[in-house]
Amino acid sequence: MSAISVHDLTRRFGDFVAVDRLTFEVREGEIFGFLGSNGAGKSTAIRMMCGLLKPSGGTATVGGIDVGRDPEGVKRRIGYMSQRFSLYERLTVDQNIRFFAGIYGLRRDRLETRRRFVLEMSGLQSREHVRAADLAGGWRQRLGLGCAILHEPPIVFLDEPTGGVDPVSRREFWRLIDGLSARGVTVLVTTHYLDEAEHCHRVAIIHGGRLAALGTTAELKRAFHGRTIIEVHAGRPVDAMRLLDDMPDVEKTSVFGTAVHAVVSMKPGEAARTIRERLEGGGVAVTRLGPVEPSLEDVFLDVAERATQ
Amino acid sequence: MRTTNGMKALAVARKELRQIVRDRRTLVILLVLPVFFLLLYGYALNWDIRHVRIAVDDRDHSAESRSLVSAFVNSGYFDLAAAADDRTIRTLLDRSEVRAILIIPSGLGRAVRTARPIAVQVLLNGDNANTATTVMSYALTIVRSESARYQPTAAQPLVSVEPRIWYNPELRSTLFLVPGLIAYITMITAVVSTALSIVREKERGTMEQVRMAPIDAGPFVVGKTIPYFAISLVSALGIVIAAMALFGMPMRGSWLVLLLALSLFLIGALGIGLFISSVADTQQVAFQAAMLASFLPTFMLSGFIFPISSMPPFLQVVTYAVPARYFLRALRAIVLKGTGIETVWQDLAALVGFGLAVLTLAAVRLRRQWS
Ligand SMILES: Nc1ncnc2c1ncn2[C@@H]1O[C@H](COP(=O)(O)OP(=O)(O)OP(=O)(O)O)[C@@H](O)[C@H]1O
Ligand SMILES: [Mg+2]
Repeated sequence: MSAISVHDLTRRFGDFVAVDRLTFEVREGEIFGFLGSNGAGKSTAIRMMCGLLKPSGGTATVGGIDVGRDPEGVKRRIGYMSQRFSLYERLTVDQNIRFFAGIYGLRRDRLETRRRFVLEMSGLQSREHVRAADLAGGWRQRLGLGCAILHEPPIVFLDEPTGGVDPVSRREFWRLIDGLSARGVTVLVTTHYLDEAEHCHRVAIIHGGRLAALGTTAELKRAFHGRTIIEVHAGRPVDAMRLLDDMPDVEKTSVFGTAVHAVVSMKPGEAARTIRERLEGGGVAVTRLGPVEPSLEDVFLDVAERATQ
Repeated sequence: MRTTNGMKALAVARKELRQIVRDRRTLVILLVLPVFFLLLYGYALNWDIRHVRIAVDDRDHSAESRSLVSAFVNSGYFDLAAAADDRTIRTLLDRSEVRAILIIPSGLGRAVRTARPIAVQVLLNGDNANTATTVMSYALTIVRSESARYQPTAAQPLVSVEPRIWYNPELRSTLFLVPGLIAYITMITAVVSTALSIVREKERGTMEQVRMAPIDAGPFVVGKTIPYFAISLVSALGIVIAAMALFGMPMRGSWLVLLLALSLFLIGALGIGLFISSVADTQQVAFQAAMLASFLPTFMLSGFIFPISSMPPFLQVVTYAVPARYFLRALRAIVLKGTGIETVWQDLAALVGFGLAVLTLAAVRLRRQWS
């Protein structure tokens, strides 16, 4: 059975469609990534799945319960961490944990076990009496996660949990997510960091409220099948790009660091040869050139571009 | 289920109390500001008054009348500003050129010499009741001591004062105003603090996190208001005690009845705060709405400053929806007259009614937003 099953989920704000007929399933124990640019509709979709926002259409079944029919039942089975840090800044770590345990109705014994678990998991043992406001970004997010899973929910929604957090803390945080998943918890997580998407079992790319692509990262990259990405390191990248854009077989070009990526509808060997001839014929010195695996960024940009057209 | 809800409400209350204690500003607003307000308003109303501009209409022109006028001037309380006659009396008072007018009837000298009682008139501008009371008592003292000079042993003073107060004939005294201040200050702090506390959670996003927990709007709201209720009650009692100590307000009735009246009034105030928090989305809007909803009606429509009986009929009807109207009447009765529950129960019942109505309204709105 799927942990989450979403069918034609839609949300309008006035005339504006923020989420448009979203349909997908998330398997139990899966880490499911939500990728999409700002305003793509990720948070709106999550808030509907959590029962915080009424859908304009479609259904969402979470943990076997229809959110539209029984939002309270869903809330008992899920953990949710909203995009903004939303703990009480004036309270200490311990007081925050006790408050959320209290409103989740945890009794004394369970409260103590869970409290200790959360402190240990987040590495906040020695910071129990620090005010949440005084915690550094990474610690805050871990405390947020801890408070969201006090009641041991089998399904967890994390809305951009690593926004504005340094790389080391991000890696720490993802270890926690992996740990949850290893214990069978289903995690739906949104992110802007494409390297984080590689941690997900499957990713959905949301664009303009719609599902633009869905699959494992390997599957998404394979969507480039039949096309090749040639990475070009050239002395004058701008001129190189202009020449490439004029070639009929080049679908599009984009800048990747100091290199230029060209998407070509040819086999790798042939593509590399044609491009080298064209560039050198056009007077651009090529330092290095060859086919590369599409990165998730290539895929993301490609999907976004095609969805816009 | 019931005990779980109770426990959850308790968790919310404990959290709220911790937040308040850690937030100096809220604590000051709730506990210190009210007494400060009382001092500010109370003393502003009760300022020692000197150099009151007075006009004299001497219709006697005798040695005795001149002596009375100099007694007024020499007292230091009055400055002789003008001579008045029949025609100028009204304009002098209307234009506030003088606060009081002393009218000495013709025949004062003869009356004193023949030991016949006679009254001088003092016209007072009563728009500021406290000033008027004070000025009146100065005038009385001066006239009495003048009268004593002619006939030291008389049981009835030979010259008496016939006061005529214009604009505010009931002449509400400071004592009459202090209960109004108590109502006014309690109302403002209770409404503002409750409204802000919930809207703050909306604004900061903690509300959304709380809504994810299996807690109903009911226990959440109860838990959030308990600390404010308790603190507001303490604060209100503080004002009552301060008013007794500083302004000599008596406490003639039962403390139990007073506590009951305060509690019922506070429940209504918290209800207004909750209702505002269900309408407003930002603290700024909530603050303004809370000030408006508590300040205006309590100040203008409760009988605090302006007697309800002298309002236009339409406004008189509106005052029935102002809880301070009932509270004020009950408070004055308990504190000043010492009446018991048997006389104030109607006002208390009205407070219960108001509380129920506004709490229901707020609960319906908050619950709708909750899910
Ligand atoms: N309550 C609302 N009223 C009106 N429009 C809204 C509301 N909530 C969201 N929107 C709009 O819906 C769109 C999707 O917003 P959403 O927050 O879901 O995007 P997102 O993918 O989470 O973006 P981000 O990555 O910036 O968090 C945005 O254009 C936003 O302005
Ligand atoms: Mg978002």
